[in-house]
Amino acid sequence: MSTSRNRELLALVPVALLLTAGFAAVFAQNNNQLTNLSLSYGLYFLAICLATHIYIRIRLPHADPYLFPLMALLTAIGLVMLYRLDSELGLELARDQANWFVIGLILFAAVIHFFRDYSVLERYRYTIAFISLGLLMAPRLPLVGSQVNGAYLGIKLGPLAFQPAELAKIGIVIFLASYLREHRELLVINARRILGITFPPLKHLGPLLVVWGGAMFMLIFIRDLGSSLMFFAAFLALIYVATGRLSFVIIGMLMFLAGAWVIYHTVPHVTDRVDIWLDPYQDAPGAGYQILQSMFAMADGGLFGKGFAQAMVVIPGTDSPLLPAAQTDLIYTLITSELGLFGACAIIATYLLVAARGFKVALLANDGFSKLLATGLTSVFAIQAFVIIGGVTRVIPLTGVTLPLVSYGGSSILANFILLALLLLISDRARREAREGL
Amino acid sequence: MNARIVKLFAFIGVLFAVLVGFTSYWTVFDANNLKNERVNKRPLFEAQQVKRGRILASDGTVIAKSVAKGSGPSLRYVRRYPEGSTYGHPIGYSSIEYGNSEFEAYHNSELIGDENEFSSIIDELRGKKPAGNDVYTSIDPTAQQAAFDLLGGQPGAVVAMVPSTGAIKAMVSVPPFDPNDIASDYSALSNDDTKPMVNRATQGQYPPGSTFKLVTAAAALNSGAITPDDTINSPGSIQVQGRPLKNDYDQDFGDINVTTALTNSVNTYFAQLGEKIGTGTLEDYMNKFGFNSKPQLDLPDGQMSTSGVFDLASGGTLLTGSDAIDVGRLAIGQERLLATPIQMAEVASTIANGGKLMRPQIWSEVRDPDGRKIKTMNPSVQSNVISEETASELTDAMKDVVNEGTGTAAALSGVDVAGKTGTAEVPDKEECNGLPNQAWFVGFAPADDPQIAVAATVECTDGMGGTVAAPIAAGVMETLLGE
Repeated sequence: MSTSRNRELLALVPVALLLTAGFAAVFAQNNNQLTNLSLSYGLYFLAICLATHIYIRIRLPHADPYLFPLMALLTAIGLVMLYRLDSELGLELARDQANWFVIGLILFAAVIHFFRDYSVLERYRYTIAFISLGLLMAPRLPLVGSQVNGAYLGIKLGPLAFQPAELAKIGIVIFLASYLREHRELLVINARRILGITFPPLKHLGPLLVVWGGAMFMLIFIRDLGSSLMFFAAFLALIYVATGRLSFVIIGMLMFLAGAWVIYHTVPHVTDRVDIWLDPYQDAPGAGYQILQSMFAMADGGLFGKGFAQAMVVIPGTDSPLLPAAQTDLIYTLITSELGLFGACAIIATYLLVAARGFKVALLANDGFSKLLATGLTSVFAIQAFVIIGGVTRVIPLTGVTLPLVSYGGSSILANFILLALLLLISDRARREAREGL
Repeated sequence: MNARIVKLFAFIGVLFAVLVGFTSYWTVFDANNLKNERVNKRPLFEAQQVKRGRILASDGTVIAKSVAKGSGPSLRYVRRYPEGSTYGHPIGYSSIEYGNSEFEAYHNSELIGDENEFSSIIDELRGKKPAGNDVYTSIDPTAQQAAFDLLGGQPGAVVAMVPSTGAIKAMVSVPPFDPNDIASDYSALSNDDTKPMVNRATQGQYPPGSTFKLVTAAAALNSGAITPDDTINSPGSIQVQGRPLKNDYDQDFGDINVTTALTNSVNTYFAQLGEKIGTGTLEDYMNKFGFNSKPQLDLPDGQMSTSGVFDLASGGTLLTGSDAIDVGRLAIGQERLLATPIQMAEVASTIANGGKLMRPQIWSEVRDPDGRKIKTMNPSVQSNVISEETASELTDAMKDVVNEGTGTAAALSGVDVAGKTGTAEVPDKEECNGLPNQAWFVGFAPADDPQIAVAATVECTDGMGGTVAAPIAAGVMETLLGE
């Protein structure tokens, strides 16, 4: 027991060192001097991580030792990049983000405290699904909804802005995991083969069509290609793991592509997004500006990057952005520009490690719901990273989802620490049962 | 389910590998294309944040400097040219919108301090902002100003260089442009019919007229085709390639040697001499003097013109010895021959320097921002053109040109001047409004111990080389010798 917690503690040390070094580097860059201020930032961060570690040690002694340090590492990288942006943009992004980090960890503790037996989630799956769908649609509601770049992703309550899709992704994964745990056998047993392709039984196909319809609906309704892609991909990942039928996944993909093709030709906002993805130079100063600047900034980075705080974020002498939304959409570009291809690979490797640990939790889990839940949460986390990194590197059209834990944004931090709490709960139970079984 | 979870993880691994692939494409494989993309303004903004080094005249007069605007992240530098249009050519301009030209372009890497990768890494570690080096030129402000004043607004060019080193002392092109105006008037300046942005000293291609007889004489003497005492019968008019070729006023000179022929610029003598030595030999010597290739001056190739015989009918192709060339008319500087002022200065400089052509250079040294000397221009021989003996024979003839021939207007009191005049007729040149002549003078002084070689030319004039160009060249030489 104590060995895995000790490993977690050990793994936190390099994270704290990295944050301290990063803050010190940015601070030195901006002020041409080193003070112990940057050191105290590092200590502060380390203290918060230590408190969380002790909490995990008490409540979830058997949980996976690497997930929390990896997520803390991503948060630390995000904090350093935001701190670096602060002086240039005249904002206090890093301070806000640090506060959200603390609130996120409080929420993390609360989830662990109240959902120790997370199987209760299964009982409320339809309520959870309903609330999640409601959250997704909230941005289109009058008064609270808000539109950014043509997509309806946020809600505003007074001074508080919130991206409900971040929380909804967890709710929908809980629903899907629970639904598929119950119905996966039926989907497989009653499947029929037509023309060599295995189709799920019509009776059980209904709910799947509902999910597909939901994804299409999101595409039209909140107009965000990124989140609908993210939800649908997580759904297909769960279908595959639950049923083992690759044909279901292929049918699902074809349906998504067919639907997306129709929407591409009918919804102007989506048409623009895709056209700009295919040829950003057609409107270089306008719609293609962000993706082109992303490519140009990456080209500046090269193998090793320009160094901390060296990339140009605004046009010198003006307030016009040279890297629009550097703190959110293009934070991966900023990292690539300043830390180079090697830095970018380190970020991608970190996400891959999180995915590896998350799937390890799923492998060790003993019951179907736990397995599917861990798989779903891990998939949605990894796919979200793929959707935004793929967006800024022009693998897929650029959309407005956040880079988990690195991008600026409270909802993203809160949602991902809830996700972490659930993964650690599953992990703790699985490893405890394995130990007791021995 | 476990096997499927592992497969799913493998699939996510593939997706992430695609991300790595695309990121490496943008950061490494396609990076150069992206940096050169027209809509990519990043390299320009970056250049704006480097303090470009100064450009200075030989006496330390600041010709170009960078002035800071703003501070912190909004800091940028603007280029200023305190002397205005006096050094517009050959210094050129450095502009964010329009790039760099002439000297600013050629010496860009020194000026932005790109030269020494290692020291710039050290500077970066020390927290020092990158700064460019100062580039000193050999241009003499007094001579540069004198050349301007002597041209007095007539379109043309003056080049003065030190024969023994190749150092350029003055380079003037009229009409000039003020590099301070580039930011505001770029398109007006580049569309101006009088072409102020063209450096006539290096880009102006003019028929050299009789100044080219120096090249013919050099080739004939040095190849042994004639001795200084050999004579050729030179009547008032002869037939060359079936067409008559005449001396001024059809004057018949009888049997004369090369010195007499040069002194009086006898066309019928040199046409026959050209036919005697042939296209091949003449072309060999032209090549050694620097014709038929770009000048080896420290300016961008794109802003220098080649001198040689051009077939204007076929769009300006450079002709070589294997093409059909009327060598008799080439020998007197006609036959579609075009030469730049810098090329003709190189001819004078070669003769002045005992037959060795020194590579012409504008820069003299590079100093780092703290004033430490980093590099110095080492004079180098561009080519060994003619023997010292031939050079001294030509010098004697050129002294006669100034003492008693066509170039008397170039004479200076107390100093022997050697030179050659030229007057090419270009009656159908549209921009000249009927003013028919291209006037030339090339020469050097003092004749026995040459310190300075000059080429001066005036476009669109009704004057002659001896009346219009000779006084300009004399004035510039006098200024430089007087210092």
